[in-house]
Amino acid sequence: MGATTLRRTRASGLAAALLAALAGSASAADYVTVPAGTLASAIAGDARAAPVPVEAFSMRVTPVSKGEFRRFVESRPEWQRGRIAQTFADAGYLHDWRDATTVGDPATESQPVVNVSWFAAEAYCEGEGGRLPTWNEWEYVAAADATRRDARADPAWRARILAWYSTSARAALPAVGGAADVYGVRDVHGVVWEWVDDFNALLVDADSRSGDDPDKLKFCGAGAINLQDRENYAVLMRIALLSSLNAADSTTSLGFRCVRPLAKDPR
Amino acid sequence: MNTTPSPVRAARASLAAASVAMALALGAAQAAPAAPATAAAALPSDSIYHLPIVLTGQDGRAARLDERRGAPLLLGMFYTSCKFVCPMLIETIRDVEAKLSAEEREHLNVVLVSIDPEHDSVEVLKRTVDERRIDGARWTLARTDAASVRKLAAVLGIQYRALPDGEFNHTTAVILVDGDGRIAARTTRLGNAEAAFVKRVRAVALAAGR
Repeated sequence: MGATTLRRTRASGLAAALLAALAGSASAADYVTVPAGTLASAIAGDARAAPVPVEAFSMRVTPVSKGEFRRFVESRPEWQRGRIAQTFADAGYLHDWRDATTVGDPATESQPVVNVSWFAAEAYCEGEGGRLPTWNEWEYVAAADATRRDARADPAWRARILAWYSTSARAALPAVGGAADVYGVRDVHGVVWEWVDDFNALLVDADSRSGDDPDKLKFCGAGAINLQDRENYAVLMRIALLSSLNAADSTTSLGFRCVRPLAKDPR
Repeated sequence: MNTTPSPVRAARASLAAASVAMALALGAAQAAPAAPATAAAALPSDSIYHLPIVLTGQDGRAARLDERRGAPLLLGMFYTSCKFVCPMLIETIRDVEAKLSAEEREHLNVVLVSIDPEHDSVEVLKRTVDERRIDGARWTLARTDAASVRKLAAVLGIQYRALPDGEFNHTTAVILVDGDGRIAARTTRLGNAEAAFVKRVRAVALAAGR
């Protein structure tokens, strides 16, 4: 991929950030309906009965921002930096904040929150009446672009996403509220990595094994997952990242968004 | 749990306070006598008992996980319809127990939590306990809701994934937790229990007995 692609992506990212800034910060918890469908999973273990059905759900339009997360820890002190149990967060938890309840420069409040553990993300989502999206739900939405629900076969789309993955994580995070995809969901690609509910289900195991039938001994059922779609490096990278994490870990480029079940039909 | 009449408790408290004062006055390095058992010390920050989940055992009794505090545990995650590895998980724990003295065993409880709460009802768990002749006094086969299963697995570092055919991929591990809920050791070797793991179990069980 050429330098031109990279530059263009950065430029459009900047434009999106400016637009978001002009539009003001996204309202606290906007959710949109993602209709049911099927996902051609990148994981072979799922694809034996493929494609994987995905039920309709409601997804947060934007990743949770630092300002939103600050309000959460203000009302739930047990999730504040310095108070949180080691069981639920490593030493890097919210380390980029000025103190336990202050993000810092007010301009950063509209950036996506990062340096959060899976436990903290899950607790936040429960506070919004939801949970983290499953891997399938997240990938289902991540397959979309502005006009198509599944753009994954398009080499240009893949290149655009990979271009972000290849940029340095040192650049300042843009505000949430970039361009919308076909569902109306924003910032799925190009801003932060995101936790999923079943991050610990991506059984790519690097442990050396011993014994007669190592796969069977280590895991009930089949062995570790196989990757179906080797061309889709972006999915490979997401699996590699998520499967390397423990639930208490936090990183400088990992945030989250939540999903909720659809409101029941009142009939 | 606390049936001590309050005047007695007050007297004990002032006694404890007095001895603390004395210890301080003497500059003694030795800690003051232990406070009455009812004054629970704060949980260590790395305790699994921070997790506010409820487990229901094969006897149908529901209890918060942190009610287990005080006695060390061997913890594992399984599902009853698993044909190969999960029975071996049970045999592995039995092998650990067989290598302990009766006294060490007495201080140890075993909790196996199902990763398949949809199918592993209390009845199914009870049947498994009976069929496998499990000692229901010290062993609990438990279920909880799906979100709590995910959290417990996250705390224990166990991976699991539902497969389309109803089976699960999952890490098979036995995890030793001390009386305060700290993970003290883990083993993924099935069958003949690892000697180093058994040694840790013995040490933690003995510490709990003191």
